[in-house]
Amino acid sequence: MSILFDGLSLGAIYALIALGYTMVYGIAKMLNFAHGDIIMVGAYSVFVTLASGGHIALACILSIVLCVIMGVVVEKVAYKPLRGSSPLAVLITAIGVSYLLQSISQLIFGADPKNVTIASLGAVTLFGAKISVSSIVTLVIGAVIMAALTVFVKKTRTGRAMVAVSEDKGAAMLMGINVNKIISVTFAIGSALAAAASLFYLMQIPSVEPTLGSMPGIKAFTAAVIGGIGSIPGAMIGGVLLGVIEKVCLSVPVLAPYTTAVEFGLLIVILLVRPIGLLGKKRREKV
Amino acid sequence: MIKSILKSDDFKLKNCINYIVVAVALVAACTLHGMGELKTSYMNLLVQIGYSIILAVSLNLVVGFLGELSLGHAGFMCVGAYLGTFISMQLSEVIESKIICLLISMLCGGVIAAVFGFLVGLPALRLKGDYLAIVTLAFGEIIRTIFKNLPWFGKAMGLSTGAVKFTKKDTPLFIIVFITVLVVLFLVQNLVRSKHGRAITAIRDNEIAAKAMGINVTFYKLFVFVIAAFFAGVAGVFYGHYTTPVMYTFFSYNYSIEILVMVVLGGMGSINGSIIAATLIPIINFKLQEKLPGDLAALKFLIYALILIGIVIFNNAPKLAPIKEKISIKAIIAKLTAKNRKPEDILNDPAHWDKIPTKISMDEVLSTDIQPGNEYVPDKPEKGGK
Repeated sequence: MSILFDGLSLGAIYALIALGYTMVYGIAKMLNFAHGDIIMVGAYSVFVTLASGGHIALACILSIVLCVIMGVVVEKVAYKPLRGSSPLAVLITAIGVSYLLQSISQLIFGADPKNVTIASLGAVTLFGAKISVSSIVTLVIGAVIMAALTVFVKKTRTGRAMVAVSEDKGAAMLMGINVNKIISVTFAIGSALAAAASLFYLMQIPSVEPTLGSMPGIKAFTAAVIGGIGSIPGAMIGGVLLGVIEKVCLSVPVLAPYTTAVEFGLLIVILLVRPIGLLGKKRREKV
Repeated sequence: MIKSILKSDDFKLKNCINYIVVAVALVAACTLHGMGELKTSYMNLLVQIGYSIILAVSLNLVVGFLGELSLGHAGFMCVGAYLGTFISMQLSEVIESKIICLLISMLCGGVIAAVFGFLVGLPALRLKGDYLAIVTLAFGEIIRTIFKNLPWFGKAMGLSTGAVKFTKKDTPLFIIVFITVLVVLFLVQNLVRSKHGRAITAIRDNEIAAKAMGINVTFYKLFVFVIAAFFAGVAGVFYGHYTTPVMYTFFSYNYSIEILVMVVLGGMGSINGSIIAATLIPIINFKLQEKLPGDLAALKFLIYALILIGIVIFNNAPKLAPIKEKISIKAIIAKLTAKNRKPEDILNDPAHWDKIPTKISMDEVLSTDIQPGNEYVPDKPEKGGK
């Protein structure tokens, strides 16, 4: 039971990151490799604020603001000049940006992990199992954010414009949608979600290092692909699924060392059976 | 005999300049070694350069010629390093000569890596672009996790390869590595220039068109993938014979990126470029390691990142294309040769009709873009008409 809860809350973190991947992929048709490192930026900003005596709420707000700025700047500087060129070029640049962020933070903060304690919440007993409060908080807030995002995409003008751009960029442009602005907004939202994910991540694992974002980033992308990339509910389902699988694997002694292999193996199996992911839409290729 | 080869039409100096350079470097290094001038650290550096060239050239086959991004190259190398060296260690109990052990295990390691390449490629190549990148990345991580946990390979301590590691008493490893580099270059260059190589580049340029021309896309993709995996496996075996213990941590995603940096720095689709870059990067690493302690080592990754971003944006950004044309080496050469060309020559060469000097630049005539201010305004009909 407590494993399931831990899995769900880890899954919520993955889902939040995966949403950033899937939205950017849907709209800019690119795999934003640097997304995972935005999480790291958020975590470091929390660390700096707390270390300089700031309040926890201030740290949260600052980290979200910083991540949004970071996401938009990365998009403008590194990805925008490449719009319209080959996907391979964009992908390699994204990898470069990810490396850049990691190495800069290592130069500033050093490679050793820094301790960040956001809040020491205890554990409660629920249904006869010990469940940490932080995973409940993660789960609840994560669910609220995802619900809000779904409403945003479905009901608001900007959200619908995002859907339009992801379906057909050219037609959206003809309808008077400012595509560049929408892409920036998408990056901003994705980065804000990453910042939220970084807060939850720190609640569970209270230490930060320059490579903090890369593994959750890759796993969240795996989740996004499993769920069907470009699909928002798909990212949520994929993220939660992956989180639960990870925690279950870790709790089985035989499987525990192979957890990473199991997760990525799942990705390969899913891509084999259903290359578009669980909830993905099939796209016909145009010549 | 040699004269007749040199005179024949097929022979072009630029096609074999890289063999010559590598061979000269090898001979020079051997002479230095013979004189006892070569320090051990430099011999190690030479081995690193050698296997980096093999890795970069083979990854260039996938990224530069086939146009698919593979982030699992270190994974194939890992297979070669662990399994190939393991085989070599078993052999070393029967066969005394380390070189024969190395050669046999090189083949074995390469073939096993190729089998893995086949197994990964078969499902993964149904996917395109980003998906393939992520699946190969996943493969690399899976392989690493498995080797970390299997009981025969030393678990977290790494595979201890002391029994087969080349020491001072043996023939220096770099000689074997560089001879292999020559063989690999020969194979890859001839593959690229053959009918099959043209099919591969056709797939890169337009997959659907290539399919329409009757090229078996799946076969060629798998073929390239398997060959690249084979060479990566061979490089891995060298790595296993050069260092001990073989650690799973070395073959992380970061190392795949490092190989990718070599390919991008050298130029995607340029074998000579890969050779140059694969020589430079180990040297940079070596020098930086000497100079930079501790956290400053991140500077290395900062340099990689800037290389990746800078080169890719410069080469691919549509807006930078005019600047690039002006300062590229090709353009400068073309400018220099254009001075000596007579207009009649150009006229007889339909491929270069765009180079005919005219008063209006050809781009302006061909361009259909309407600039602000010169929109077409229809003449107003005269009043009353005729």
